[in-house]
Amino acid sequence: MDIRPEKTAIEVHNLTASYNRKPVLWDIDFSLPQGQLIGIVGPNGSGKTTLLRNMMGLMKPDSGYVNLFGKKLDEVREKVSYVPQRETVDWDFPANVMDVVLMGRYRKSNIFKRLSKKDRDIATESLEKVNMLPFANRQISQLSGGQQQRVFIARSLAQQADLYLMDEPFVGVDAATEESILNLLSEMKKEGKTVVIVHHDLQTAYEYFDWIVLLNTRLVASGPKQEVFSTELLQEAYGGRLTVLSRIGDLMAKQDFPMRESEFKEKEGPGDERAS
Amino acid sequence: MAMVGDAISHAVLPGIVLAFLISGSRGNLPMLIGASIIGVLTTVIIELLHKKAKLQEDASIGVTFTWLFALGVILISAYTGQIDLDQECVLYGEIAYVPLDTLTVGGNSIGPRALWISGSVIVLILLALWRGYKGLVLTTFNADYAQALGISTAFWHFGFMGLVSLTTVVSFESVGAILVVALLITPPAAAYLLTDSLKKMLWLTALLGVLTAIGGYYLALVLDGSIAGAMATVAGILFAGAWGWSKLLKRLSFKSANLT
Repeated sequence: MDIRPEKTAIEVHNLTASYNRKPVLWDIDFSLPQGQLIGIVGPNGSGKTTLLRNMMGLMKPDSGYVNLFGKKLDEVREKVSYVPQRETVDWDFPANVMDVVLMGRYRKSNIFKRLSKKDRDIATESLEKVNMLPFANRQISQLSGGQQQRVFIARSLAQQADLYLMDEPFVGVDAATEESILNLLSEMKKEGKTVVIVHHDLQTAYEYFDWIVLLNTRLVASGPKQEVFSTELLQEAYGGRLTVLSRIGDLMAKQDFPMRESEFKEKEGPGDERAS
Repeated sequence: MAMVGDAISHAVLPGIVLAFLISGSRGNLPMLIGASIIGVLTTVIIELLHKKAKLQEDASIGVTFTWLFALGVILISAYTGQIDLDQECVLYGEIAYVPLDTLTVGGNSIGPRALWISGSVIVLILLALWRGYKGLVLTTFNADYAQALGISTAFWHFGFMGLVSLTTVVSFESVGAILVVALLITPPAAAYLLTDSLKKMLWLTALLGVLTAIGGYYLALVLDGSIAGAMATVAGILFAGAWGWSKLLKRLSFKSANLT
């Protein structure tokens, strides 16, 4: 199933991509709407992160292309912001929270220049939005997992983009962070921003997102969540893992999601949640 | 990454030999140029093996510099058999001789040659740090993000590696191989233990480097021993001190955190 939106934020056209000649994405073709919260969902190894990396131009596809707002990435780069997976950087790097958020103000055009007062104000505002302002001078090595994630999101907000691509922002975060991210997402949606999130958890996907892309190397479905969350499509994406499916099916039938990730993922990582 | 300097110090041998074969002289400038070019090439090959062949970084460093060093040895034995050319004589200086090799302009000595060459490299590096601080930090901390912003990570990586290569080549011409590696790695490692701020770390590294040089010189004077050896020893002692100090601070802050 592939439902086409009215106003397109991202168009993925016949995209095939591989690592070491093993195809990770096969002939993916879909379009994503503007101004919505979009989840890219699929089992482990289904190519979710690879899809995001291709959208962000971090990887060259074997064939096909991605257009953002109907243009090539290079023409609209300033309007697109990327939040990589938290684990991809060394958090022992000698820097504080503000240093990292200010990176959101770096551009190709100002990389050799000093940042302005305005850049600092925008970074401060962004930290405020994720409730991390009291931590501005904290070393990044002393943050908990959830705080690290919020710093990454603040950096992305500081870019003041129209389209945000986030890779697994809900992994290993505490309840406070989850809530703060969700509030932020609904606010961003109100401002007309488009947010694409790679997400591994089916159960929360339904409540977080408006539009869902189901992926398993091939595109299984892309459309409004009500259309995509059908037993057949989920089965197609998740294959034989019937236990997961039947549980989801039950939940779907009740339209009731009693289990939240936040309830068993309290507090991970070192650090504390207190403001200093 | 710390061992790249060590790798470069060996890998540049074929560059020196080729520079000699092409220029036909044992002058310093062609050798420096040859060594610097191969130094950058070394980092390119290391990067290539690491990224494209999916080799671990330490393994790619090991493969690259032994191979290039061996190439240099073969070139020497095959083409320069009659001439006294090895990297001990061309490349590895002895710090005690530095004051003897002076530069003369218009008949007047203007001081040790090494001082002028290293001085120019320092100016170049300070300029690069001043203008390129943001780019270097961004691409080191989070290369993917930099690339997503449209900033060329290759430009910054190889610019940085080129500076490392140049510094290494220029310094081991004057101070010898062991001291280069000792000074390239130990002071920043000690500074890293003492501060969380990158800017402070850079200043502290420079300070520790100066302390190492002065302390090592007087230690050698007292012991009547090798200057390079004494400096490397002092670097080690300073590192041990920094480590002890950071442990102490951690324990103290832990205690005070428990009290509150």
